[in-house]
Amino acid sequence: MAELNSKIPQGPVAAKWTHYKAHQNLVNPANKRKLDVIVVGTGLAGASAAASLGELGFKVKIFCYQDSPRRAHSIAAQGGINASKNYPNDGDSTYRLFYDTIKGGDYRSREANVYRLAEVSGSIIDQCVAQGVPFAREYGGMLDNRSFGGALVSRTFYARGQTGQQLLLGAYSALSRQIKLGTVEMFNRHEMMDVVLIDGRARGIIARNLITGELERHFGHAVIIASGGYGNVFYLSTNAMGSNGSAAWQIFRKGAWFANPSFTQIHPTCIPVHGDYQSKLTLMSESLRNDGRIWVPKNKEDAEKIRQGTLKANDIKEEDRDYFLERRYPAFGNLVPRDVASRAAKERCDAGYGVGDTGLAVYLDFADALKRLGKPVIEERYGNLFQMYEKIVDEDPYLNPMMIYPAVHYTMGGTWVDYELMSTVQGLFVAGEANFSDHGANRLGASALMQGLADGYFVLPYTIQNYLADQIKVARISTDKEEFVQTEKAVRERLEKLLAINGTKSVDHFHKALGKIMWEYVGMGRNAEGLQKAIKEIRELRAEFWKDVKIPGKLDDLNIELEKANRVADFLELGELMAMDALERNESCGGHCREEYHTEDGECLRNDKDFMYVAAWEYKGPGEYVMHKEPLEYEEIEVKQRVYK
Amino acid sequence: MNLTLKIWRQPHTRAKGKFITYRLDDISPNCSFLEMLDILNEQLIGNDEEPVAFDHDCREGICGMCSLYINGRPHGPDDAITTCQLHMRKFRDGATIVIEPWRAKPFPVIKDLIVDRTAFDRIIQEGGYISVHTGGAPDANSILISKEHADLSMDAAACIGCGACVAACKNASAMLFVSAKVSQFALLPQGKVEANDRVKKMVAMMDELGFGNCTNTYACEAECPKLISRSNIARMNREFICAKVS
Repeated sequence: MAELNSKIPQGPVAAKWTHYKAHQNLVNPANKRKLDVIVVGTGLAGASAAASLGELGFKVKIFCYQDSPRRAHSIAAQGGINASKNYPNDGDSTYRLFYDTIKGGDYRSREANVYRLAEVSGSIIDQCVAQGVPFAREYGGMLDNRSFGGALVSRTFYARGQTGQQLLLGAYSALSRQIKLGTVEMFNRHEMMDVVLIDGRARGIIARNLITGELERHFGHAVIIASGGYGNVFYLSTNAMGSNGSAAWQIFRKGAWFANPSFTQIHPTCIPVHGDYQSKLTLMSESLRNDGRIWVPKNKEDAEKIRQGTLKANDIKEEDRDYFLERRYPAFGNLVPRDVASRAAKERCDAGYGVGDTGLAVYLDFADALKRLGKPVIEERYGNLFQMYEKIVDEDPYLNPMMIYPAVHYTMGGTWVDYELMSTVQGLFVAGEANFSDHGANRLGASALMQGLADGYFVLPYTIQNYLADQIKVARISTDKEEFVQTEKAVRERLEKLLAINGTKSVDHFHKALGKIMWEYVGMGRNAEGLQKAIKEIRELRAEFWKDVKIPGKLDDLNIELEKANRVADFLELGELMAMDALERNESCGGHCREEYHTEDGECLRNDKDFMYVAAWEYKGPGEYVMHKEPLEYEEIEVKQRVYK
Repeated sequence: MNLTLKIWRQPHTRAKGKFITYRLDDISPNCSFLEMLDILNEQLIGNDEEPVAFDHDCREGICGMCSLYINGRPHGPDDAITTCQLHMRKFRDGATIVIEPWRAKPFPVIKDLIVDRTAFDRIIQEGGYISVHTGGAPDANSILISKEHADLSMDAAACIGCGACVAACKNASAMLFVSAKVSQFALLPQGKVEANDRVKKMVAMMDELGFGNCTNTYACEAECPKLISRSNIARMNREFICAKVS
């Protein structure tokens, strides 16, 4: 049986990574080309890992479900990437970035991993600039920085509102170079269907060619999962339509434990929901909170009139506006972390002060910034976001305040990994949003890009060698071996079973129903009663799905409904685990807000005595999961209540 | 809104395709174009018909996966957006909407409205990068870049690789796409070292894959969802000539 050994190196936190690298095993150049590595996912973590491993001389195969590796959803990240460069001379340091990340995560992440993340953050910026990523610059030619939530320094590097796009295209270009050189083989429009284990080690995957429907077997001495987060369990989220949790769930079924599944980030600034037919929610970057001010009417009557359409935002006088973040959190104001801002917006809307047709929206107002800085400056900073807003909502945000509401954005939970980013299955590594390790119970803005690239460029190329060093004697295993054959057979049977149901309701019907349960009971506010209800309802929905889902088309053809059905079948199990984890954690921390546990002034109430651990879940069968605890120990940081006032 | 949709259906690459007409009623004008197609597909599944296959992913205008030639225009009748950002309020009630895949020889149809755009990846693989290994890069601020050049480089780098430029061009030219990548690096000191080699290889691959010559009509620029400027094409031509004579 697997066990939790986080393999944290000895010594003070600042010396751990140096110590690790100095003593780890390495693979000599001649042996690297005898070793195959499989990477699943071409986002920041996957593309950067594949490119870096290819450069080192390993033989890499990389897979993505999209038509090109450049489309992975990292591309949609808007605001920026953190790094403790301290270019503005405003007091930043590796320690401060480390401290802010641990505090931002509400003391539920692992010190050693987070310190390493902060330590390599500067190298990421160097690497990206060398690749030709066009970060924003000042007139003197130096790099520009902006501030983001949860920090008192400006450490965020950015490329307009398209930072994720530019970083991903940087990683994609490095990957493309390796594809041309022949060190990396690209499999686009391929989806991983299962991991193949031989003698307890990950030795390959079964992938489905999404054009022909054919199942393929691929061998690797090691497998890296970089398949992103599982926010689409909520149906409506800021994730791409194809983003899914299936790779993580497949390896979970094969013995890779799943950590803190309930830790979900609800992003405060998204365009509000507008109808039943809606397929996704669009994020408005956190960077907008640098200059935008969030408010609702002070008087309920005004809010009521706005909802009925008889009053407009601009008609409300300054003294009748409640800038609730500035009021409640004077030190951080509009730049409090995401979980805090989201809860505050929900609180106002629940209390009857919400705006928009549905009452589920608050204003994000740029009138002051426009007056102070002028339209050209605002346009330069946020032009593409304003344009995006106008196209969706059909209202000009230069003239009227934006309307925003929280939406599911990111999952801090994910596959449990040790310091080397290896899961509880030997040779199976997990990187980027797919793992759980760095963000605790809440991720700070501009830290996802940092983590994805840290894992891919600067962590895995080292730690995977420590594993592969003793694999050089393992010759490439034939994919005719029994384990490959059996795993492929099981995948085929599952897909055939799905197609054979031939029921009456579409896949989207079930996905939407699941999303409603998740948002209602496992969303921003959770309580024991609701979570129990969610577990019951998800089980019923899952049973109905396997009896009544209708999937047209064939197995051996391009079949989008079948792709979706396979992912939703996994979400219907994952959703239940999320609710179980949330029910187990009788405290509020970060994005996990249990309504029973709060302070007198409505802030999260952690319970460090009983819950300062990582909850790592083991799969025993469908709906049967056992929780194991990895205690969290803070040696460098004094654990405090998180205060942003 | 009530709509008549004429949609290109083609079972696979070698099959013959044709337009099929569908009726769709009670669509909200606030619905996005792709949500309208979702509703159509739900209706088709309910009627035991195969849903229409189309590419899409982020649905916020940045991944470049969605395509669609709508009423004769790539990404439809609105300017500076992708199909996923297009909303039904841009059409009138009772309208007939014709939906086709990108039509270009280097982008063969895979199924219905889905085309194969790996040709773009192959062009990038020829030289759409700066050859740096991971690690060992100098401090980011040791390379000073004027704001003007950084901004121009960013303008070019904003390309999402959707292929609308190729679909819009009567010659199926990829000049706007290739020139955007060439320009991004040509404008930066980091990109200068390999500039000559890059432009020659990328242009050669573009020709080899069967993309046509530039028509100088700039339909590409007019239809680009990210407003990539045709001045990038001029820059690439200059780079190419300099590379050839040097």
